[in-house]
Amino acid sequence: MTAKSLVEIVFHGRGGQGAVTAANLLVAAAFKDGNKGVQAFPVFGAERRGAPIRAFARISDSEIHLRSEIYEPDIVIVQDESIIELVDILKGLKKDGTILINTRKKPKDFIFSKTFRVATVDATSIALKHDILVGGIPVVNTPILGAIPKILNKVTLKSVQSVVQSKWKGEQGILNVKATQDAYDTTEVNK
Amino acid sequence: MNKYQVVTTISYPKPGANGKTGNWRIFKPILDKQKCVKCLRCWIFCPETAIKRNKDDTIDIDYDYCKGCGICAKECTVKAITMEREGKQQ
Amino acid sequence: MTMMIDTGNYIAAKAAIMARPAVVAAYPITPQTTVVEGIAKYVDTGEYKGEYICVESEHSAMSACIGASAAGVRTFTATSSHGLLLMHEMLHWAALARMPIVMCNINRVVGPGWNIWADQNDSISQRDTGWIQIYCSSNQEIFDTVIQSFKIAEHEKIILPVMINYDAFVLSHTSMPADIPTQKEIDDFLPAYKPHWKLDVNNPITFGNIIAPMSYYKVRKAMQDAQEHAKTIIPKITKEWEQTFKRNHGGLFEEYKTEDAEFILISSGALGAESKAAIDELQKKGLKVGLARLRVFRPFPTEEIIRLSKKAHLIVIDRNISIGNEGAMFNEIKAALYQKSDAKVIGYIAGLGGTDVTYKDIEKMCEKAVRGKTKTNEWYGLRED
Repeated sequence: MTAKSLVEIVFHGRGGQGAVTAANLLVAAAFKDGNKGVQAFPVFGAERRGAPIRAFARISDSEIHLRSEIYEPDIVIVQDESIIELVDILKGLKKDGTILINTRKKPKDFIFSKTFRVATVDATSIALKHDILVGGIPVVNTPILGAIPKILNKVTLKSVQSVVQSKWKGEQGILNVKATQDAYDTTEVNK
Repeated sequence: MNKYQVVTTISYPKPGANGKTGNWRIFKPILDKQKCVKCLRCWIFCPETAIKRNKDDTIDIDYDYCKGCGICAKECTVKAITMEREGKQQ
Repeated sequence: MTMMIDTGNYIAAKAAIMARPAVVAAYPITPQTTVVEGIAKYVDTGEYKGEYICVESEHSAMSACIGASAAGVRTFTATSSHGLLLMHEMLHWAALARMPIVMCNINRVVGPGWNIWADQNDSISQRDTGWIQIYCSSNQEIFDTVIQSFKIAEHEKIILPVMINYDAFVLSHTSMPADIPTQKEIDDFLPAYKPHWKLDVNNPITFGNIIAPMSYYKVRKAMQDAQEHAKTIIPKITKEWEQTFKRNHGGLFEEYKTEDAEFILISSGALGAESKAAIDELQKKGLKVGLARLRVFRPFPTEEIIRLSKKAHLIVIDRNISIGNEGAMFNEIKAALYQKSDAKVIGYIAGLGGTDVTYKDIEKMCEKAVRGKTKTNEWYGLRED
């Protein structure tokens, strides 16, 4: 668990998977947990469905003055495992950094788990199980959010669920909250 | 690398100026060559020129740059092109 | 009060409707679009009850605002880059006709080459139109400044339009928390607009009639006087805001750790916020560099700059360039000091075309300047790739 005053997070996903929404929801939850400085933003420019994209989040005890992109993240979140072959997800990652991956595999299956802290969660299966789909495609966002409190003590599962509940009303909200719980319970971390 | 003595905003057409955009695909067009009647509608409509026209008017799909938009499958009158979820075969 | 964690644009939209303009007329352009979209959403939910005019261009957007303002109501619009440039004729019109219109301009590159990222050349190129220009560095500041700007624009000694500028994407599309006062608190701070004059069939007046050379000369002088007044009225209004809401982003400048500074960095917009992180690092290293974040570019804070120059040498970072000369702020700061100060002024161009400028970059620029190694008006971070 990291006790740093500023935590910088990079989300890797594909356009349309909701990396930007995930970053926004994460910082809203972090704010609820008393982190006074929060910030979420996309890589600026045209977003294209399916193209590898990045989103950023900063969480801090105090007001954040930084406005630049994140080059040396503390946490890297991979929403789509296939991105690993296309993008250098380890670029700039701090030595004590963490990688959270949406995958069926386990942390030890990734070669970089020897040097980095790796967490895995099968967000796609969880989304399918709880029937959270948009246009027939599983929304991996919510399960990913549920996994984050496992690797970052600045955010609680309770706040994540409260933010998720206010984002999706009614039945959808209940399903999404269940998905975050499932993800939290099944996330595996190597150290 | 400049052709001119000043830096310009001119750019030149070339395939894949934005990298191999094929990796953006979620759905992949699959061609059934038996069904193809060589009408070339897919070749006309493809917005990415990812349909390659051969000398005998048969076609091939350039998966390096096909973004999987599905227009070819939609336009094909004999349903020789179908869209499949990417990574299904694995 | 409630906290809203959202992008600069959605927070600007919220502020705009809370100021209760009777008319909003705007045309969407990246990266301003979500301001327009945000206000449209409030029309849909019924939270905004004013007239929302969809127009076919930015020239028409500003024209519609001018028409509405002439009819005596509060008006708001937003634009960016080429949209601002298409308004150019009507920007002059609005200022000369003394219309207290408030506009957000999201600072974006002017093309070609086509580029939608942050750069101040759009607004800097409109500096002679008579508009007051304020540059923001956070979402909270955007909210507060939108409300304050109506008060500034409508002040009896000013009566000029105000342009609120903030960086494309870096602020427009970045979610950060902002404290949103209640509608009652806003209404108390910014009462309903009472026009000083208006188009009225019972008391006919004409806007934009032909006037004689001397009359026009006087109109220009009056505009200049109004801008001079704004130099004292803007800080007064931000102080008044502070009394109620306990925060002040600065009047004409926001000073940060300038006590004992031997060098003062002057930057603006998002770079101005990033600069604070650089100043923290520089002071940790024992370098006496402070920050004065320039908020108001028109009126140009000449007296404040002279005051700063009595304390320290100045380092200026411009995210703009007056092609054929130098960075606009560098240029004007030096002019302000003519025969008034012996301070050194060191100028950098940085971040054009939306190139990212990190606090580490700003640190490097300042260190080099402090060591006397900077060439005149140096372009920072140009690479050959």
